[in-house]
Amino acid sequence: MKLPALKIPKKPSEMSRRDFLQSGAAATIVLAPGVTLMAYGAKADAAPADAAKRYGLLIDVNKCSKDCTACVSACSKEHGWQDTGHPETDAQWIRKIDLVDKANGHEVSLPVMCQHCESPPCVDVCPTGASFKRVDGIVLVDKHTCIGCRYCMMACPYKARSFVHEPLTDQKSYSPRGKGTVESCTLCVHRVDKGGTPACVEACDATGNGAMLFGDLNDPESEIAKQVATYQSTALRADLGLNPGVRYQNL
Amino acid sequence: MLRLLSLVLLGFALLAGPMVAQDIYPVVPKPAFGKPHPEGNLFMRVNHMDLLIHDRDLTMRNGDREISYSLAECLTCHAVEGPDAMPVSVESDQHFCRVCHDYAAVKIDCFQCHNSKPDAASLARLKPDEADAADIAAYLKKVEE
Amino acid sequence: MERTIYREIAATRGVWQLAILLAAFIAAAGLAVLFIEHHGHIVTGMNNQIVWGLPHVFAIFLIVAASGALNVASIASVFGKTPYKPLARLSALLALALLAGGLAVLVLDLGRPDRLIVAMTKYNFKSIFAWNIYLYTGFFGVVGVYLFVQMARGMPPLAVKVVGTVAFLWRLALTTGTGSIFGWLVARTAYDAAIMAPLFIAMSFALGLAVFILVATGVCKLTGRAFGEKLLNRMGRLLGIFAAVVLYFTAVQHLSNMYVAEHAGIERFILADGGIYTQLFWIGQVLIGGVIPLIMIFHPTGGVKPASTIVASVLILLGGLAQLYVIVIGGQAYPLEIFPGYEVSSSFFDGGISSYAPSYLEFALGLGGVALALMITGVGLKILRILPLSLADANVDL
Repeated sequence: MKLPALKIPKKPSEMSRRDFLQSGAAATIVLAPGVTLMAYGAKADAAPADAAKRYGLLIDVNKCSKDCTACVSACSKEHGWQDTGHPETDAQWIRKIDLVDKANGHEVSLPVMCQHCESPPCVDVCPTGASFKRVDGIVLVDKHTCIGCRYCMMACPYKARSFVHEPLTDQKSYSPRGKGTVESCTLCVHRVDKGGTPACVEACDATGNGAMLFGDLNDPESEIAKQVATYQSTALRADLGLNPGVRYQNL
Repeated sequence: MLRLLSLVLLGFALLAGPMVAQDIYPVVPKPAFGKPHPEGNLFMRVNHMDLLIHDRDLTMRNGDREISYSLAECLTCHAVEGPDAMPVSVESDQHFCRVCHDYAAVKIDCFQCHNSKPDAASLARLKPDEADAADIAAYLKKVEE
Repeated sequence: MERTIYREIAATRGVWQLAILLAAFIAAAGLAVLFIEHHGHIVTGMNNQIVWGLPHVFAIFLIVAASGALNVASIASVFGKTPYKPLARLSALLALALLAGGLAVLVLDLGRPDRLIVAMTKYNFKSIFAWNIYLYTGFFGVVGVYLFVQMARGMPPLAVKVVGTVAFLWRLALTTGTGSIFGWLVARTAYDAAIMAPLFIAMSFALGLAVFILVATGVCKLTGRAFGEKLLNRMGRLLGIFAAVVLYFTAVQHLSNMYVAEHAGIERFILADGGIYTQLFWIGQVLIGGVIPLIMIFHPTGGVKPASTIVASVLILLGGLAQLYVIVIGGQAYPLEIFPGYEVSSSFFDGGISSYAPSYLEFALGLGGVALALMITGVGLKILRILPLSLADANVDL
């Protein structure tokens, strides 16, 4: 009969550098503050959130066609939310809204998702701080801290947030989602952090409509910043003073 | 008489725990590839939760996705193959996390949101191949100089 | 005036029967919570359009009544009204019990109630919810101390007055916080108004006193202790004033909203074509919860009868539930005005009135909270000297 041995765990500082490197566990080794050695195929422009950036979307409503839901399908496929036959409780991170002008009957269609506001009401009301805004402007839900109180859903003027009403399985590894927490459009932060573009924007480009544009609003050389500076664009519920990162042209 | 009896029962109780533990002590499945953690298994057993919590904040709040001890990487190396040669999910008690957590009776909160199986891309990426092995060897040689 | 003797209530058959009944309701709520936690909120009537439902109506009702129930003790300690002093201990106990019941319902309806520790350790102080957590737990502490100084021997009367004043101010802050949960929401036309906080304060006065009257007279009847008619009448008239104040704030809220073109839609919805919400507003809140109790209480001959005050209290509680249902659920049923001037339709139910049908699970949870509050009150009465032996008019210096 043997009792399980109780050894003092070896701290990382006690092992030699050779041990550590040979382990194959290190994907990055910090050589100096801010300087990181990347190994195993990390992309050169992958970088954590940068306060100098402000990510946003520009949607040209004229180019958006009424019957097209490519952005919705792409988001749903990318993140794993779908129509389960319960439309009232199914999550929808992005949806197409059809508008008819009451005064003249003019019809218009546009996608609406989390507007990634600069002063998000959902962030203000979250009791645990799970709903937060990253320094680069992307508004996210930290589902580790979310207690599922749904106050952010009450507070959002755009109905951007969804609550997960049933147990989930087979989530995408880059987009964890679970029962009892609140979720919304992440601006495909898992792609953006690696230098990519959101799935909805890619899908819209693929259809040939090209109604959606993604980029850094703070970078004067980016396409989105040039468009916003040149042509009139508006924000939804601009009267609330939230300064969303999602802007609409020709609305 | 009563004192002797109570001493015998006490002794039995003290010894019974480890005796039973020896039989039901979990057999931790060995990963299919990768070297042991340099910090040692015991360090990981004691501190894995702190590493995960620290790293999840780096990823969530700072967007740093190149960290070493992410949940996805743990799951990739520690995937246990089921009868169909596919990784098992946490529903099965063969799952790597379940083996110890069932023994310790500690509820796992991660897999309500996270997928407990690694995805195909991670599995493909983290299995080292010859080109990688040559790169690592070359780098280590350089570092030792 | 005779010295007030407080005595624990005896565990008669009636008391036991009531306890068993309450325990059954609490057990039913517990089973409902386990079911909801296991299957997810899809088994309830709440969805992505109506995110807060019947459990929240009950929870807010209990929390608002809790702060109001303390009012009786405040009238005694802070404002020095002698006739209310024998009632002060019961008032404090009832306040604690109602708050416990309300919080239980609120916490158990969370999507992740197992994360309560997270809610108690991570705070975003820009959120009124986070402040409310401190206000609610602080209320337990302050009222606990208040009950202690009332019951401890040799306490100087000044101690009771000081702690009573702190408790009174705390409860005003708490109710302001509860009203501000809604008042500080810019997104919805039904809520975004500074008047929500004063409206909730007014509701707390009315609902708290109504609950207190019913519990006090009920317990006295159950344990065979006298409750004087003059005292009841006096409390009834006070209740009538509170109910009138609630009607006043409601009137100001809706009149102000109707003046603003932006809010015309929500006002038309609540006041005219909202279906169940319009009925609950006019018949439930205004008629049953306001006008009829006022007539009953202030009627020249009928008002003095004890039955008038008792029935009026019940009606005011029903009216309060109706009011909260209209506020919480009616406010969510009306769609968000993202595109003013347009007809809106989408796959996510934009632009239309959302429907809500509460499930039995939510009802069970809400009633369980009420039962928990009554159970805690009963246990407190049984083991502590809370209830005076006699509240007959002869004893009370009116």
